[in-house]
Amino acid sequence: MASSSFYIERQPTASRMVTLLLPVVSIFFALLLGAIVLLAAGHDPLAVYRAMFNGAFGSTNGLAETLVKTIPLLLAALGVSIAFRMLLWNIGAEGQLHLGAIFATGTALYLLPSAPSYVIIPAMVLAGFIGGALWGLVPGVLRAYFKVNEIITSLMLNYVAILLSEYLVHGPWKNPQGFGFPGTASFPEAAWLPRLLPTRVHLGLLFGIVAALVLFVILRRTVWGYEIRVIGENERAARYAGMNIARNILLVMALSGGLAGIAGMSEVSGIAHQLQRNLSPGYGYTAIIVAWLAKLNPWVIVLVSFLFAGLLVGGDQLQVSMGLPAAIAPMLQGTILFFLLGGEVLARYRIRLRAPERQTTTSGPE
Amino acid sequence: MDTLIISILAAAIGAATAILYACLGEILCERAGVLNLGVEGMMLMGALSGFAVTFWTASPLLGALAAMLVGGLMSLIHALLTVTLRANQVVSGLALTLFGSGLSAFLGQPLVGQPPSASFTRFSIPLLGDIPLLGPILFRQDLLTYGTYLLVPFLWFLLFRTRPGLNLRAVGESPATTDAMGLSVVGLRYLYVFLGGVLAGLGGAYISIAYNPGWAENMTAGRGWIAIALVIFATWNPARAAIGAYLFGGVEALQFRLQGTGAALSPFFLSMLPYIFTILVLVIATRETARRRIGAPAALGLPYFREDRS
Repeated sequence: MASSSFYIERQPTASRMVTLLLPVVSIFFALLLGAIVLLAAGHDPLAVYRAMFNGAFGSTNGLAETLVKTIPLLLAALGVSIAFRMLLWNIGAEGQLHLGAIFATGTALYLLPSAPSYVIIPAMVLAGFIGGALWGLVPGVLRAYFKVNEIITSLMLNYVAILLSEYLVHGPWKNPQGFGFPGTASFPEAAWLPRLLPTRVHLGLLFGIVAALVLFVILRRTVWGYEIRVIGENERAARYAGMNIARNILLVMALSGGLAGIAGMSEVSGIAHQLQRNLSPGYGYTAIIVAWLAKLNPWVIVLVSFLFAGLLVGGDQLQVSMGLPAAIAPMLQGTILFFLLGGEVLARYRIRLRAPERQTTTSGPE
Repeated sequence: MDTLIISILAAAIGAATAILYACLGEILCERAGVLNLGVEGMMLMGALSGFAVTFWTASPLLGALAAMLVGGLMSLIHALLTVTLRANQVVSGLALTLFGSGLSAFLGQPLVGQPPSASFTRFSIPLLGDIPLLGPILFRQDLLTYGTYLLVPFLWFLLFRTRPGLNLRAVGESPATTDAMGLSVVGLRYLYVFLGGVLAGLGGAYISIAYNPGWAENMTAGRGWIAIALVIFATWNPARAAIGAYLFGGVEALQFRLQGTGAALSPFFLSMLPYIFTILVLVIATRETARRRIGAPAALGLPYFREDRS
């Protein structure tokens, strides 16, 4: 029984090297584990990964599609990140994205159908932001004034939002000339976001970069950003310092939802030019992983969104080229997050071996 | 009483079973001080493995066992990350849900749309099934639903009337005290996180091999999250969890009945009902627990550091 047990000791600060390497190492191990799953399912993991990489980054077309998918991921992840900063677990980005798309669609088709481009596009961005913000405010108000757990309410609202958009495209907003297919009529061309032809990359990319810049400035250069960070670090201290917690919850949830709403707006205005079913393959959920992987840093989120968009495009390509389910992408995403979480321990803590003879003083496990 | 009402109530009991198993599992887990938001992911993997094993062996019993094992194994990932490595419980649980839905969609692709080769079927319990009113509602169900009738009182008794139950509550309220008593905080937490996963897996399997036999991507449709909300409604008490689950079963049964009759309300709005109902129930339950000062287990969500003990 002379076994030495290990214990975990906290380090005051994570070493910078480990912090930087961690996401890379997490991705590597996730790919390794994914390879084992692929092998077990009877596929050649190297061939699969090569096909995914080539699909996402190997050609101009693939690269452009990766940028296209970067846009909603980036905007939603930025939204998620600002809430997470305050330890507000908004996991309703998926629903907020749908509401943004619904509001933008309403603006393009019913509110300003004949307005010129320079009116209609800003109006759609605003509408998308408002739609997402309102949807984010529901869990925000419930949390701020009734202390209701925002994780569950924001998630429940995802299902409600998706059903609401299904209702619209099957019912009142259904295109009468759509041959019975669910979906709204096409937007007037003035409501289309300009594209970088010949690709599908659209102006939403700029929205994403601007949003990252705005968040960076808010967090680093404003009193509000300072309050958000203090509340996230220590809510009690923030309250003693006289910060208004409830108001900050509302503002952050509105901004968080609003950014996801713009993601939805840019999807309908930049890609589909209509509201249709299956608007999002779970961008709102992937955004959570992106935000956490990027340690909530706006600029790192830009980079990680691009990589994860590549993962999504690569997954889609697999379906086309090898007939494999695209669900391999979300599976890898979850795995990456596991390794990152486990790895963070290595960054913040040091695992030490306890000498056997010292075991008599404390009762170790076993 | 009207046969229509009886059939709706009977359907409500069946619809409640999956949520109830998952909710009971999460109660055990949270009572031990670990918040596991991975219920939806564990249920999906349970649903898939339950259906797959039933499909291959034609034995729903084996399917249920496989689902319990898979659910338990999934939960051990969460236990490793949060109990041993002390990672953030919220993020780890979310990761488990995302992982579970991705993995089940990937592995389940070949099984989509396959007809089930066997499933749990309803049978009437002799004598009990003939009781007027209660018989047709409660005692003409399937084996897994009958299982909840035994599990709820058993867990209630375990939790509030036995030594192991006291230890379980202690580790969630004050792990330092539990540690000082000479019990292993890590061991207890692993055990109950695992049992939580086992029950979530079984809840998922109930959907795929009893309630709605078959496999489809994301077929649990948020029931794992509803189960987590119900834990708060239940104030971490198995008996109240049953009440909450039947309430939800009622909403779901009513929704299907209304859809069947072609009600004026769009089916999309009817499908929203359980989710909106969850939010309402959560608001009411939160106010209620605050008023009556029944809080969550004191150490819920917090990792335990022995060296911090004071």
